[in-house]
Amino acid sequence: MNIAKPNSYRSGPDERGHFGIFGGRFVAETLMPLILDLEKAYTAAKADPAFQAEMNGYLKNYVGRPSPLYFAERLTEHLGGAKIYLKREELNHTGSHKVNNVLGQIMLARRMGKKRIIAETGAGQHGVATATLCARFGLECVVYMGAVDVERQQPNVIRMEMLGAKVFPVQSGTRTLKDAMNEALRDWVTNVHNTFYCIGTVAGPHPYPTLVRDFQSIIGHETKAQMQEVEGRLPDSLVACIGGGSNAMGLFHPFLDDPSVEIFGVEAAGHGLTQLHAASIAGGRPGVLHGNRTYLLMDADGQIQDAHSISAGLDYPGIGPEHSWLHEVGRVNYLSATDDEALAAFQLLSKLEGIIPALEPAHAIAKVMELAPKRPKDHLMVVNLSGRGDKDVPQVGDILRGKSK
Amino acid sequence: MTTRIDTRFAELRKQGRSAFVTFLMAGDPDPATSLEIIKALPKSGADVIEIGMPFTDPMADGPSIQAAGLRALRAGMTLKRTLELVRGFRKDDDATPIVLMGYYNPIYVYGVDKFLVDAKSAGVDGLIIVDLPPEEDDELCLPAMKAGLNFIRLATPTTDDKRLPAVLANTSGFVYYVSITGITGAAAADSSAVSEAVARIKRHTKLPVCVGFGIRTPEAARAIAEKADGSVVGTALVDALKNSLDAEGRATAKTINAVAELTAALAKGVKDAKAKTAAE
Repeated sequence: MNIAKPNSYRSGPDERGHFGIFGGRFVAETLMPLILDLEKAYTAAKADPAFQAEMNGYLKNYVGRPSPLYFAERLTEHLGGAKIYLKREELNHTGSHKVNNVLGQIMLARRMGKKRIIAETGAGQHGVATATLCARFGLECVVYMGAVDVERQQPNVIRMEMLGAKVFPVQSGTRTLKDAMNEALRDWVTNVHNTFYCIGTVAGPHPYPTLVRDFQSIIGHETKAQMQEVEGRLPDSLVACIGGGSNAMGLFHPFLDDPSVEIFGVEAAGHGLTQLHAASIAGGRPGVLHGNRTYLLMDADGQIQDAHSISAGLDYPGIGPEHSWLHEVGRVNYLSATDDEALAAFQLLSKLEGIIPALEPAHAIAKVMELAPKRPKDHLMVVNLSGRGDKDVPQVGDILRGKSK
Repeated sequence: MTTRIDTRFAELRKQGRSAFVTFLMAGDPDPATSLEIIKALPKSGADVIEIGMPFTDPMADGPSIQAAGLRALRAGMTLKRTLELVRGFRKDDDATPIVLMGYYNPIYVYGVDKFLVDAKSAGVDGLIIVDLPPEEDDELCLPAMKAGLNFIRLATPTTDDKRLPAVLANTSGFVYYVSITGITGAAAADSSAVSEAVARIKRHTKLPVCVGFGIRTPEAARAIAEKADGSVVGTALVDALKNSLDAEGRATAKTINAVAELTAALAKGVKDAKAKTAAE
């Protein structure tokens, strides 16, 4: 790529929401005034110490932060190379990193006086986090979820309903995350006067990719401090899975200007990159969808293609715009893991460390299994364990018992 | 530069009547039938023709137009074929304005410059791109103006007086007022609210203002025609087309007439509207 290296990898986006050519605000006019309001509200909130203080209170006592940085001793021994640390985001309240962002957005919604919250969800982790905080703050909550995902992530559907949210199974298109996002946007355009759209990943129209990144960056900031405390230095490499890419961006962003830190994002290669998959960077090219320009899986006519991943949370034909930019400037190395590799990693981590990961971070673990053995024993590798596997137990159980897919 | 859109609205103003604007999806239910349907529209009373460019993920459309796009895509429709459809229409009709409506990604992937050259030469007069607000004018709006195509902007109930000038700045041809906050095919707008909104927009622009979303019947079209420079009907026509298809979604002997008849009825509603004063 002939793209000039920036002075800093952390200065984006520009005032129009662009990371290089990526990002932007590609939305219907109906939504534009609201997006500008949101940007204003977020800028004001960021400058308000009371906002940060209130958020820190909930992060500590409600979410349970900081999440531990855990040395995975048996996994390290087994792989025989780099020293592997797990950033335990799966221990957060609601079981994943999603809650970090949802808390921030719900607090913004409250500042903006919005009483009705909508969200899209793939695996259901973002939906559960949104339903949880809506329950906590007494807000109406509507979650759009692809009908296919409703089927394969039943435990999370039940949780959302218990928390008082209304879950709409989306029957249009491929009936997965992309269609849930379309339907959420249709709801928003219809109910724009009272509704706040709580987007779950670092995608969508500006300012969403930025504000979600900022709320998730606590993962990377904590990691930096914890690693300093335990090892007295920076880690040598970071690994995280990527659907839209919010857990990855949260871990990566505070380290982008530390050139000694190698960074790996892991997309879902599904059945393999030559077959059905969800790896937008490996198999896509720049296009415009869901409010931003980014790498997308599409055909020669610009029609969006069906993604596939065993993991509902990664089953999306796009990726956050800042990841597209980090790929083009070469700061982050994007890899991919297949369904089978993720399943093997899911089992390995469960058996070696007594930690059942969600299928999403199992993709990251799968690449750690390749990367760690090739690195020296004093190499410090951090992998973001972005969610726990409880929600996947029925699905993985079926696959392992019957090998049914 | 005067486009067919400018000419058509000037003629209608002289006649003191409002425009009837139809929307159908290119290639619905198949490319050949779609061309015949589009050709039948001017004879049935359409003054301006909007043609949808099919897209897999139409975020501002309701179930009817979503399904129309999927029928067209399944029948092999592409942006290139949409332009061929316009070219086919232009063989017999050099006067009726054609506006392409849709989403940006297929155009972006086709290549903006190439698209504008090909669209102009095919006989397209204007573009309505739902996901390109004024904040993204550099993408397509400004190049389209330079290429001699109208870029028609949507104004909505959330576009307040402070924002209207930005929305109208690079708009040409006409302004499309979306009468509700919502998706296509949703509930009808309250006509006094529409009337107020049209008057508000007209305080900011000399361009014709057409109203769409939620107009389904000749009566509704007539009511809007008394208040605006044009009424747009899409979902009702798409539904009439769909109801004429066989169980497999294929065109039948009734399909072209089904659309033409509803077009004629709606056009009559518009023409029955109280004559607007020529000075308006």
